[in-house]
Amino acid sequence: MAAKVEARRLEAWYGGHQVLRGIDLDVRPNEILSIIGPAHSGKTTFLRAMNRLTDGQLGFRRTGELVFDGREVRLWDVTVLRRRVGSIFATPVPLPGTILDNVAYGPRLKGLRDRRRLREVVEASLRAAFLWDEVRDRLHTPALRLSGGQQQRLCIARTLAVEPEVILMDEPCSGLDPISTAQIESAMRELKSRYTFVLVTNNTKQAARVSDRVAFFLGGELVELGPANEVFTTPHDPRTDDYLAGRIG
Amino acid sequence: MTAAGPGRPTVVIRPLVWQRVALAVLCLLTLATLAVLFFIIGYILSKGVPVLNAEFLFTMPQRMGKEGGIASTIVASLALTALALLVATPIGVGGAVYLTEYTRESVLTRVIRFGADALAGVPSIIFGLFGFILFVIKLRMGWSILAGGLTLALMILPTIIRTSEEAIRAVPAAFRDVSLSLGATKSQTVARVVLPNAAPGILTGIILGMGRSIAETACVIFTAGSSLLLPGSLLDPARTMAVHFYILAREGLSMERAYGTAAVLVVTILAINAVAYILMHRLMRNRR
Repeated sequence: MAAKVEARRLEAWYGGHQVLRGIDLDVRPNEILSIIGPAHSGKTTFLRAMNRLTDGQLGFRRTGELVFDGREVRLWDVTVLRRRVGSIFATPVPLPGTILDNVAYGPRLKGLRDRRRLREVVEASLRAAFLWDEVRDRLHTPALRLSGGQQQRLCIARTLAVEPEVILMDEPCSGLDPISTAQIESAMRELKSRYTFVLVTNNTKQAARVSDRVAFFLGGELVELGPANEVFTTPHDPRTDDYLAGRIG
Repeated sequence: MTAAGPGRPTVVIRPLVWQRVALAVLCLLTLATLAVLFFIIGYILSKGVPVLNAEFLFTMPQRMGKEGGIASTIVASLALTALALLVATPIGVGGAVYLTEYTRESVLTRVIRFGADALAGVPSIIFGLFGFILFVIKLRMGWSILAGGLTLALMILPTIIRTSEEAIRAVPAAFRDVSLSLGATKSQTVARVVLPNAAPGILTGIILGMGRSIAETACVIFTAGSSLLLPGSLLDPARTMAVHFYILAREGLSMERAYGTAAVLVVTILAINAVAYILMHRLMRNRR
């Protein structure tokens, strides 16, 4: 099957500082691909480059190819690209407004005005993010009143409402308790049949629990890429072994 | 408490005592500020309120303001201030959006910002003179509400730009990222996320501008004149409450009517402030 996202010799800089060095990586449809690696290894930059959230960043520059769905991301209309490649950020960021407003944000941008249709999309998205039962009676309360774990699931629902194909997650559970983390992980496993996930995480246990394949980044290079069980049990590169054992990073 | 042991100071000032002293000083300073405010407002109201009645509010001035009411000056104040805000708000907020969202920090933005700060410090009478030359003479508007309102708009523009700019900057970058990541364009992000979240700060700037406009005298005498007739159009001259107060007091026409005018002016400003904050609170109710 054709890859959803292909990176070829991808290099990137912020000003004079190189953050990605010759990344060759395919993201396959309906997989959960985890990217692990120490701080400043280029994980987040790779993620942001995929739906061009790097566009507004000062001094960002890249070369090589980064292709989504057969076309270089730079050639996509950026709003269309971002609808098809959604993002979940490390800290849940509900927009000020009600729960409903948050989930309806994307559909409303696309011009959906009909209240009943909006309501249906909101409900379906909240159900898919395993949040519906907790908020069904208070869709009109401010989203900021939800707990951290609920806020992150709200963010997932908000992204799902745009109906993306690829969902990029940047340490989505870094500020959450184990129960909220487990809820989000089970949501990801459920949703895998319909979406493709790229998950950046510092939590190697999480990567082992949810991913199909794992990529290890170090200093802007892709050091190792393989099936999760292989990377975690019998890594090919000694640096991967060192990182997993806590000797570097 | 005295600390024991060699090598240590023998007297230690107890932190708790310091805390209390500092708290007392800060409370005192706060009270002093409030006292000045209440003294001024109280003094004006005590002198002015006895003059107030329906006739004073709703009839026209007679014999240069010695008799009659102040109806035309209330109309003039509201008209001038409204015009100034209608002109300055879109330009000021638009300018602030441009400076914060659509430009990178550069020499140009720094020059603009420096210019705005410098303009904010220019005495209002200079604006009055400028407005007189440009609007009243060159553009042949004559002494009029239009000339006065445009001059006031220029005067409050820097304040609105700078406060709006600060408010927009204070909107977390994460909100913009979220909006963009959901497929919003830059302008949609500004309209749906940035401006609503900056609204309370922007409103503060508009209210500051409102206060300056409605209380302004020097600049208004130069540009809107001091006619006591009820203005019928934007091109008619008019006398605002602040100007009326100034003339009544300075010419010794009627001190009690001057205070009456001042009282109405103060109450008007307080009322506009209150209404603005209540509206804002209602708008923001479902957000936090």
